[in-house]
Amino acid sequence: MSALTLHYDVPGDDFTRAGEASSDIKNKLKQMGISPDVIRNVAIATYEGEINMVIHANGGTIDAAIDAESITLTIKDTGGGIPDVELAMQEGYTTAQEHIRALGFGAGMGLPNMKKYTDEFNITSEVGKGTEVIMKVYLSK
Amino acid sequence: MKIKDLVKSTGFEVVNEGDFDREVSGVYCCDLLSWVMGRAPADSAWLTVMGNMNAVAVSVLADISVIVFAENSAVDPTAIAKAAEQGVSLLKTNKPAFEAGLLINELLS
Ligand SMILES: Nc1ncnc2c1ncn2[C@@H]1O[C@H](COP(=O)(O)OP(=O)(O)OP(=O)(O)O)[C@@H](O)[C@H]1O
Ligand SMILES: [Mg+2]
Repeated sequence: MSALTLHYDVPGDDFTRAGEASSDIKNKLKQMGISPDVIRNVAIATYEGEINMVIHANGGTIDAAIDAESITLTIKDTGGGIPDVELAMQEGYTTAQEHIRALGFGAGMGLPNMKKYTDEFNITSEVGKGTEVIMKVYLSK
Repeated sequence: MKIKDLVKSTGFEVVNEGDFDREVSGVYCCDLLSWVMGRAPADSAWLTVMGNMNAVAVSVLADISVIVFAENSAVDPTAIAKAAEQGVSLLKTNKPAFEAGLLINELLS
């Protein structure tokens, strides 16, 4: 059972608001007295997922569930999906267009960062249906 | 070293004053946001020319201490507004990122 759940709708293509959900999750975790290292890991993983939905999937949803052991992050969209997930997971792989790269995105590091900064990482994607990333960060190592 | 002491020692221009008592304990140079997200150490000074609001968001989420815009690069008014709202310190210098980073590193060691 979860002690706390948070839900966010992330609008697509709105760079002015991108990161708001991640910032809010970060602030809520701070208020709960969660350790800074754990919060940082969650913030990095959530932001990368949030920004991916803004850039690549026309928005989606983020759910965070916090219980005594871990924080579970579910990042889900109904965008175009990823044809080759294994390829997308490789550092440096990107399909970001030039105008997106000009903003500083498109290093092809977002998905690798999400895996690196979480204790459990699972991605499923179907072309034409969407993408779902479920991640867990443990509260104590 | 505190941000306020960094400002005093370097003479970098203050674009937005956040918590100037915050500590700086490292330096990181890069303009690709996900690279910074994944590699910049917490509490570092981040040298970049990427003066947009996404850079401000990255610095907040990755616990970066202060952003230093190198080569007098342009900083979007929206980025400054977001930094003011979130209490993020922004500095600016005419030095290239490498030189500014070297200078900060010298002051830290
Ligand atoms: N939610 C998503 N929907 C559709 N495609 C996605 C989604 N997330 C990632 N992708 C695809 O996977 C690729 C790699 O994603 P990743 O986050 O690693 O890098 P990036 O977003 O291209 O660049 P960076 O994150 O470094 O700014 C993307 O370029 C895109 O093709
Ligand atoms: Mg990405």
